[in-house]
Amino acid sequence: MEIKKTAIAGTLESSDIQLMISQADSGIAIDLQSDVKKVFGDQIEAVITTTLNDMGVTAAKVKAVDKGALDCVIKARTIAAVQRAAETTDKPAWEVL
Amino acid sequence: MKSKVNRELPDDLMKELDYKPFETTEIGHPEIQRVAPKVHVSTGDDKIVDSIKQVVADTVKDGMTISFHHHFRNGDFVFNQVMRVIIDAGIKNLTLAPSSLTGVMNDMVIEAIKAGTITNITSSGMRGSLGDFVSHGGLKNPVIFRSHGNRARAIEHGDIKIDVAFLGVPSADRLGNANGMEGNAVFGSLGYALMDAQYADQVVLLTDNIVDYPNTPASIKQTQVDYVVKVDKVGDPDKIGSGATRFTKDPKELKIASMVNDVITHSPYFKDGFSFQTGSGGAALAVTRYLRQSMIDNQIKASFALGGITKPTTDLLNEGLVKKVMDVQDFDKGAADSMHTNGNQQEIDASWYADPDNKGAMVDQLDVVILSALEIDTKFNVNVMTGSDGVIRGAIGGHQDAATGKLTIISAPLVRGRIATVVPDVTTVVTPGDSVDVLVTEFGIAINPKRIDLIAVLSSIPGLPVYKIEDLQKMAEKRVGTPKPLEFTDRTVALIEYRDGTVIDTVKEVKD
Repeated sequence: MEIKKTAIAGTLESSDIQLMISQADSGIAIDLQSDVKKVFGDQIEAVITTTLNDMGVTAAKVKAVDKGALDCVIKARTIAAVQRAAETTDKPAWEVL
Repeated sequence: MKSKVNRELPDDLMKELDYKPFETTEIGHPEIQRVAPKVHVSTGDDKIVDSIKQVVADTVKDGMTISFHHHFRNGDFVFNQVMRVIIDAGIKNLTLAPSSLTGVMNDMVIEAIKAGTITNITSSGMRGSLGDFVSHGGLKNPVIFRSHGNRARAIEHGDIKIDVAFLGVPSADRLGNANGMEGNAVFGSLGYALMDAQYADQVVLLTDNIVDYPNTPASIKQTQVDYVVKVDKVGDPDKIGSGATRFTKDPKELKIASMVNDVITHSPYFKDGFSFQTGSGGAALAVTRYLRQSMIDNQIKASFALGGITKPTTDLLNEGLVKKVMDVQDFDKGAADSMHTNGNQQEIDASWYADPDNKGAMVDQLDVVILSALEIDTKFNVNVMTGSDGVIRGAIGGHQDAATGKLTIISAPLVRGRIATVVPDVTTVVTPGDSVDVLVTEFGIAINPKRIDLIAVLSSIPGLPVYKIEDLQKMAEKRVGTPKPLEFTDRTVALIEYRDGTVIDTVKEVKD
């Protein structure tokens, strides 16, 4: 799936994560801010990367501001951000849900 | 060597500072020799001093121990004024021994450490930028954390020998009769400062309100005071405590509070004449509300409420549901005002409150106590000192002391955001599991297996699921995942004393 524009999903409320996805030439680069980065940073980045891979996104820049979100929330916000960035919100990719 | 809660303690530091590892929560019946302060004899007519600069020049010398109280909390104007003068005077190698350190003091303490003015600290706790600074190795010598009762014990033993105490008060007369109840920046009980007034070699009062002699009620007495300094303002009344206490509407906190109440009312301690201590957090305040209704429904009155006092507790006093309030500290204006007006609200010092080496402290008479936790582990050990990143961000307060109550309840959510509260091992042991009886979370409770009596009476209450604490820990981990272990260096940045003066755990420098 191709990132066509910069898109955002999620809020800065406690237990949520806000993701901003924008275009990149190649590869996935994640810039993560989180109070729990020391203990869950790797896990958060892994969930975002896996979700992007599952959706066929191979090139993207991700800025993530985490407020203690659980994995299911991170995954949901990633999917929403990708679909907005790829302009496919009218055709949800149900198979990756 | 190890403490009884299985924490490795650094041998060299333990030997150098002549410490013993924590063994037991039992205090026993040792004979204790207390110390007494120096007295600089005076008729009292020469105590008024014009400036902090002059009093510092007269009293503070290199290498001394100085103290402050934290009753003004984040509205404190005294600490920063005095420390500014001390730093500018070029004084070095001081030990800072306040009852605790609040956020407004952080930047000044860091500056004083960097200037070499402060080289040692003992406190109940620290937070924010100062906790971060110390956890990253900013202070060469380890901080010694002591509970409020243990600080009183250490002062009485001479472990903390205060050379000069700088005590801010909202009212004092020219000889130093002072209280915390009258004036602009009132905070009520002077409980923690009374230790300093009684045991420091030199006592300096700072006030913005010099009243006619003699000032009564006199919590601090003229017989204890060397200097009285007039300053512009001792504190900001709006930042001392919340004006009106709001009850939580958070459904999770309300559920925990109602379950805590169920535990109390089904315990054998809930009978006429029982006593209790609650904290100041949202859930603790809500417990007071549920408890009030249960006391009315069952026609039960409490003999006393203890500790840090809030308005919901003084409301119970006014309703006659609590006969006495034993008050070491007031968390809000309502409680502070009530101490002034209600004769059944007794100001108590930190020794009377919680010192273990005593002829009986109030906590020894306590039936039910509700405490909070940053973390609690499967051994029921509690951490109230270090956060999920391993950085110092808390205070012992009266936690270890009050936990000696007959029914000690820890109320805490199972998880906070992505951080589990119930864990296999707490980062820092502050209160040993031996003095903790019941954990209450929003999902259910866990009872310390040593309390077979409680397991019998609490196991069949409708709507109160009982789990093994290991099961609650697994539930938490299932929700948030398994965290990567925190990384620390070998360097010890703080020692956690148990209330008897032994060392229960250490805090290491964080690696990042």
